[in-house]
Amino acid sequence: MSNILQKKWWKITGLVLVFYAIVGGMLLPVPARDILNETIRNLYYHVTMWFTMIVLLTISVIYAIKYLSNFNINYDIIAREINKVAMLFALLGLFTGMLWAKFTWGAYWTSDPKLNGVAASLLVYAAYFLLRNSLDDSEKRARFAAVYNIFAYVMMLVFILIMPRLTASLHPGNGGNPAFASYDLDNQMRLVFYPAVIGWILVGLWIASIQIRHQFLIKKIND
Amino acid sequence: MVCIFKQALHLAHMFFNQVITLIKKDFRLELRQKFSIAGMLLYVLATLYICFLAFRQIIDPVTWNALFWVINIFAAINASAKSFIQQPEGEHLYQYLLVPPQAVIVAKIIFNAILLTVISLVTFFFYALFIGNLAGNIPLFIGCLVLGNIGLASVLTMVSALASRANNPAALMAILSFPLLFPLLLILLRLSKTIVDDLGMDTELKYFIMLGGMSVLSLTLGYILFPYLWRD
Repeated sequence: MSNILQKKWWKITGLVLVFYAIVGGMLLPVPARDILNETIRNLYYHVTMWFTMIVLLTISVIYAIKYLSNFNINYDIIAREINKVAMLFALLGLFTGMLWAKFTWGAYWTSDPKLNGVAASLLVYAAYFLLRNSLDDSEKRARFAAVYNIFAYVMMLVFILIMPRLTASLHPGNGGNPAFASYDLDNQMRLVFYPAVIGWILVGLWIASIQIRHQFLIKKIND
Repeated sequence: MVCIFKQALHLAHMFFNQVITLIKKDFRLELRQKFSIAGMLLYVLATLYICFLAFRQIIDPVTWNALFWVINIFAAINASAKSFIQQPEGEHLYQYLLVPPQAVIVAKIIFNAILLTVISLVTFFFYALFIGNLAGNIPLFIGCLVLGNIGLASVLTMVSALASRANNPAALMAILSFPLLFPLLLILLRLSKTIVDDLGMDTELKYFIMLGGMSVLSLTLGYILFPYLWRD
């Protein structure tokens, strides 16, 4: 674990890909669409945030399960720090999404199932940190947080994956709207979109790994 | 092979007996302290009367539906919050030595489901009396209540187990459970809305299946995860 955290190659790859996504996202040609116009470029910055968030939360749940199987406190630190970074990406995704919504749907906030899903998952993870803070004993805190982490992750997944399919959504791909694949995401955009996703995931992992190493050092000093 | 099967059957039988005993114990405790169930009913009645004073009669199905579930959800959170908070330390240890944690959580969920169903049936009766009944198909609506309360109980019991060991259980209970209940509540609101609007069995059946699926999901999670909360 600590080995791969300290390797440089994946961090450089992440940075290069994100740099490419920012420059390429601004300059490369995009298909001209009604209503969306040039805001379609936000796809590179908005959707990638969600991909990163989901990946980070999934890794965090894996560490929560690992914690419950052998009660190594380091796994708890990893799960917690990854959740923090995931919340950062959730907020970034929310803000970029709100801007996009203002320009295409006319309002910053609509009652869209995906928006409700995001609001719910932000509340769930805010509650996660609150639960952590209200338990004093560190072993018990880790155990309860891991249990809540798993429980909340499944509920959140149900909410953001199943709910939008139940109701009409303004998002592409739901409720009768055409999906990305059939309409906005032509091959030109894929050239930027997929590298952007990988790049942001790597950068997210990098931020998380710095946080984790920092917390490990704090723990070492305290011990 | 037959031997293994017999052993499994024996274990299942034992588990079943333990669950039944625990449920009986919970009911006996509940009936012994009548003030707690009476308190719950009074809470519901007072809330309903405030709603009656505020609304008089509700004709709009959306408002009727939303108000009913808001009252119900608060009553459910209040009622299930005490499932683990009330237990004294000694009893906890005693149970820990006697029965497996899985039996404890299953028994608590079943008990809470029954308790919440009773409370919400009373709520529905007085809601219909004071504010009016918009649900045309009452048996179907009651079915929705029963299934919904099983789902609510399985999430809320688990959250109550989490919150009970923290510093501020009552406040934490509400904070932890609301976001987790969002998916369940959304399905419940949709389902009861379709019953009120009388949209036909096709859509209702779809929502009933989803409701059942959610209950099974949270029950399974509780069954797997509860042992980690139990041991201290």
